[in-house]
Amino acid sequence: MSPMTTGFWVKGHGQRSLSVSSAVLARTHVSYEVKDNVAVVRINDPTSKVNTLSRHMQAEMVEVMNEIWGNAAVKSAVLISRKPGCFIAGADINMIQACKTAEEVTSLSQEGQKIFDQVEKSPIPIVAAINGSCLGGGLEFAIACQYRIATKSKKTILGTPEVMLGLLPGAGGTQRLPKMVGLPAAFDMMLTGKNIRPDKAKKMGLVHQLVDPLGPGLKSPEERTIEYLEEVAVDFAKGLAGRKVTVEKKKGLVQKIQDFVMGLPPVRKQIYKTVHSKVMKQSKGLYPAPLKIIECIQTGIEKGNAAGYLTESQNFGKLAMTSESRALIGLYHGQVTCKKNHFGKPERDVKKLAVLGAGLMGAGIAQVTIDKGVATILKDTTEEGLARGHQQVYKGLNDKTKKKSLTTFERDGIMSLLSGQLDYRDFENADMVIEAVFEDLSIKHKVVKEVEAVIPPHCIFATNTSALPIKDIAAASKRPEKVIGMHYFSPVDKMQLLEIITTNKTSKDTTASAVAVGLKQGKVIIVVGDGPGFYTTRCLAPMLAEAVRALQEGVGPKKLDSLTTGFGFPVGAATLADEVGIDVAAHVAEDLGKAFGTRFGGGNVEVLKMMVQKGFKGRKSGKGCYVYGAKSKEKKVNSGAEDILKSFKLTAPPAVSADEDIQYRLVSRFVNEAVLCLQEGILPDPVQGDIGAVFGLGFPPCLGGPFRFVDSHGADKLVQKMKRFEEAYGNQFTPCQLLLDHAKDSSKRFHK
Amino acid sequence: YYTTLTSLCDNSTFRWTIKHSFSKKTLAKPGVKNIVLVDGVRTPFLQSGTTYADLMPHDLARAALQGLLNRTGLPKDAVDYIVYGTVIQEVKTSNVAREAALGAGFSDKTPAHTVTMACISSNQAMTTAVGLIAAGQCDAVVAGGVEFMSDVPIRHSRKMRKTMLSLNKAKTLGARLSLLGSIRLAHLSPELPAVAEFSTAETMGHSADRLAAAFGVSRLEQDEFALRSHTLAKKAQDGGMLSDVISFKVPGRDIVSKDNGIRPATMEQLAKLKPAFIKPHGTVTAANSSFLTDGASAVLIMSEEKALAMGYKPKAYLRDFVYVSQDPKDQLLLGPTYATPKVLEKSGLTLNDIDVFEFHEAFAGQIMANLKAMESDWFAQTYMGRKTKVGAPPMEKFNTWGGSLSLGHPFAATGCRLVTTVAHRLQKEGGQYGLVAACAAGGQGHAMVIEAYPQ
Repeated sequence: MSPMTTGFWVKGHGQRSLSVSSAVLARTHVSYEVKDNVAVVRINDPTSKVNTLSRHMQAEMVEVMNEIWGNAAVKSAVLISRKPGCFIAGADINMIQACKTAEEVTSLSQEGQKIFDQVEKSPIPIVAAINGSCLGGGLEFAIACQYRIATKSKKTILGTPEVMLGLLPGAGGTQRLPKMVGLPAAFDMMLTGKNIRPDKAKKMGLVHQLVDPLGPGLKSPEERTIEYLEEVAVDFAKGLAGRKVTVEKKKGLVQKIQDFVMGLPPVRKQIYKTVHSKVMKQSKGLYPAPLKIIECIQTGIEKGNAAGYLTESQNFGKLAMTSESRALIGLYHGQVTCKKNHFGKPERDVKKLAVLGAGLMGAGIAQVTIDKGVATILKDTTEEGLARGHQQVYKGLNDKTKKKSLTTFERDGIMSLLSGQLDYRDFENADMVIEAVFEDLSIKHKVVKEVEAVIPPHCIFATNTSALPIKDIAAASKRPEKVIGMHYFSPVDKMQLLEIITTNKTSKDTTASAVAVGLKQGKVIIVVGDGPGFYTTRCLAPMLAEAVRALQEGVGPKKLDSLTTGFGFPVGAATLADEVGIDVAAHVAEDLGKAFGTRFGGGNVEVLKMMVQKGFKGRKSGKGCYVYGAKSKEKKVNSGAEDILKSFKLTAPPAVSADEDIQYRLVSRFVNEAVLCLQEGILPDPVQGDIGAVFGLGFPPCLGGPFRFVDSHGADKLVQKMKRFEEAYGNQFTPCQLLLDHAKDSSKRFHK
Repeated sequence: YYTTLTSLCDNSTFRWTIKHSFSKKTLAKPGVKNIVLVDGVRTPFLQSGTTYADLMPHDLARAALQGLLNRTGLPKDAVDYIVYGTVIQEVKTSNVAREAALGAGFSDKTPAHTVTMACISSNQAMTTAVGLIAAGQCDAVVAGGVEFMSDVPIRHSRKMRKTMLSLNKAKTLGARLSLLGSIRLAHLSPELPAVAEFSTAETMGHSADRLAAAFGVSRLEQDEFALRSHTLAKKAQDGGMLSDVISFKVPGRDIVSKDNGIRPATMEQLAKLKPAFIKPHGTVTAANSSFLTDGASAVLIMSEEKALAMGYKPKAYLRDFVYVSQDPKDQLLLGPTYATPKVLEKSGLTLNDIDVFEFHEAFAGQIMANLKAMESDWFAQTYMGRKTKVGAPPMEKFNTWGGSLSLGHPFAATGCRLVTTVAHRLQKEGGQYGLVAACAAGGQGHAMVIEAYPQ
């Protein structure tokens, strides 16, 4: 969910609000000229990097369209953006957030529907010329036009990502798309919110023609490409007006058969049913938007346009008022914040990076670094280790060529930036070293000393540890101001979060540089204070301890997984332990147990240790809570692990062992620890706490993160539950002071 | 009169006095050997699939080499080395230079190697020859190039090839049968060689169309330039200017003595054609692109001393040359733009000093784009790191005997045609300097300065 792909955009500050009458004199967002009987309408929001369908934009657009429709000399029109890389990125998110009631949002939706209805019924053909992001409301605008031409630029993406913000395409999208691309494709687009690349869009029938992006000429490639797109679009507009170009393309046999089949009501009924049950299975019913989208599409097709549009606008209004939508929008805002460097520009750019340890993490870090054009050394101590890491990087990139997001030549060019080696050659040219060696303080100390002997004075030493305090590692350093923690999440090329940990000795420039590197690697970044487990590991540990206790109390791994996924976690607690690695979990549990005492107790660490002893280290060893077979889809519970659990059996206190209790035991310990991190200053603010929990640990996105969860659930209610658990189990459930403060005063909120 | 003058010219003292009659200085450099083009020939360039259709590439190359021997009266053992270019390789004759030389009657003691650098392969063959002579290793080198598009290697699919190679190794009948059984219908679909960049998978015509669009070259401009090329080629052909063309008796067919792709049409006819690569809105058509051609060329390059000692009257000096390369995606065909200012600087010349321009015409759109790029200060500053533009060649000096669009473009044979044409035009038109420039697949380019040999 990057800013470009949400279908909404937050407008920049400083927008002037012009009244409609004065806008006639000075239109700022929409302009047009008539060329050869073709009206070329150009959109450009001067207050923002992207175009959004703000109230202002809409007002000017309506004016311009009315002038064009009123001009008998105009026989056709072209709609084009003057911004490189953006057609229309969506509706203005603030416009929706500013609404207080569902009715207000519904009327916004209806205004949009009305404008696009006029566009659809335009007496002259309108060609949408698309270069860059065409998302959400932007796509709805484009599909209301009679013809669409898109550039094949890498920046050109089409999609309806509203579902990712808990909303739906509320300006006719749910009604037009199924007719344009067919029911299955429309469901796929609107329920997943995925981006569609130009080639695919052409195949689907979403656009009619494609235009190649141009290289250097007499103007910059971006500028000339837009000009060229306009020239081509104007030609097509003339062709449409002169009836030399027809909109309808001939349907192939497959298409005809598909149309026939979709024309049968029982077939459609079956499709609705299938899609509905699929959505329920995946979302556990925790996300209302997908279900509302299905309802809109179904109503439109089965009961006609009027009913369909009405349902769409009403559902849009309802969704905008849900806590889920607010949570998702909050995450979106948070993510935008966490994609900025708040520490200024570092003194030097990192041009050469060295990674120590070619394991899963090390190789992953190397991959995301070379992927962005930074030369990287990958050093390991053994040839086998190095070969494995090198292969991991190659595979990661090669998989992209299979998906066609990379050509084989680009892959080879990227790989040429990687230097695999066993020695410290060329470390004298490194600007940053990230170590990802085994999590053992004495090994880390050895590495610090070895590396500092060969790196230049300006070089930053970053450590990718998941739990060891950075200051303890920095103790071996001659220059602790250059030492910083960079905690990546596995698999590094998929997980978006990077947790950066600063000690009180870390310099601001070192932090700025680490953030700059992380941003370059495409990460969403939180910067937290030093301490055992920092923020993320510290929140996860008590939850896993509780999970182990639940397992000891006889809740099976499958039940435990379904309880956690039922709460909204994408991965169940038992599966998560297997993914993280039982050995890592044991290590962390023991370390943090020592640091924080009984508060981190619950499940017996010996359970984990015994599992490690038996070789049940999780997915990587083939066995953990589950058995990981080569082929079988159905995961089987590891009976060996069950035996161990039986030998550590605890009796479940009936008062706190209902399904919902188990869920809240897990979640409340996570949340309480997060709030405590804020209270202790490990976390600088709730926003980074929410982002870290959701992007790094899979905290339910529909809840928006632990802090938003406290706000929406109510701190007092949470504290009541915890008190009940505290009675049964003790201090592991003692709410922290900050949480108690919020419980006492309901006006206190983490998010405004 | 002519013979007298020639014999007089062979006297080197007289040559120097003549040279001084030129308005511009010579590009001879102290301590650097003068290298000369003695003569150059080519087979008629024919559209592929016509009269040459049943030949093999080395047959065409042999015809050009024999033609050169005939034209120059060169003793066959006087040649120290042969370098020949080719692009699409016939797998049976991968060193086509050697196969052609043996058949052409050169001494079997004369080594020969083949070079490849897309459309500038024979330029590379010539500059390799220049290098061998400049380094003092050879005195007389034959260079040339051949392209034969009537037959190209079409391969089995990779899976099929793998199966067939395994079949050779299979020892038992059972093993062979099981391998044969693994063949699927899809494995039988062949792999055709594409005129596409391997690195970008984009065909050259597609890239040319984008290039034309990037420089705002209209369809009309392209059609006009194509028509110009055909008109000038026809005039040159009818006027007997294309004296580098030799007659070739094709085995089993007629004697061929003329290029067969020259077709001056009307603008209306050209305008009717549909775009060939970017459909439906592109501007590059079959008529404003060079066509698939069969042909071969050859030149005799010598040190000046050797040429004079053997009694030759050279046609031109081969002076400075450069190779350039740039982004194979968006600047695939801009070689001339990059190479021209570079070679001029090397020679200490400006565009105004050049009397004769011969640029390879891959596509009319590509030529027009290059001319616009050379005329643009912005392009020179933004992409070439230069302070100012080099300027576009004046059209009255530019490809006045036609070009690749009309004469044809056998990829690896075109370079020699360009150089020989410059020498002939300098002789006919009386200029002193000529410039050859060409683009090539891979985003590469070449330019060479040629100086007229004093007459």
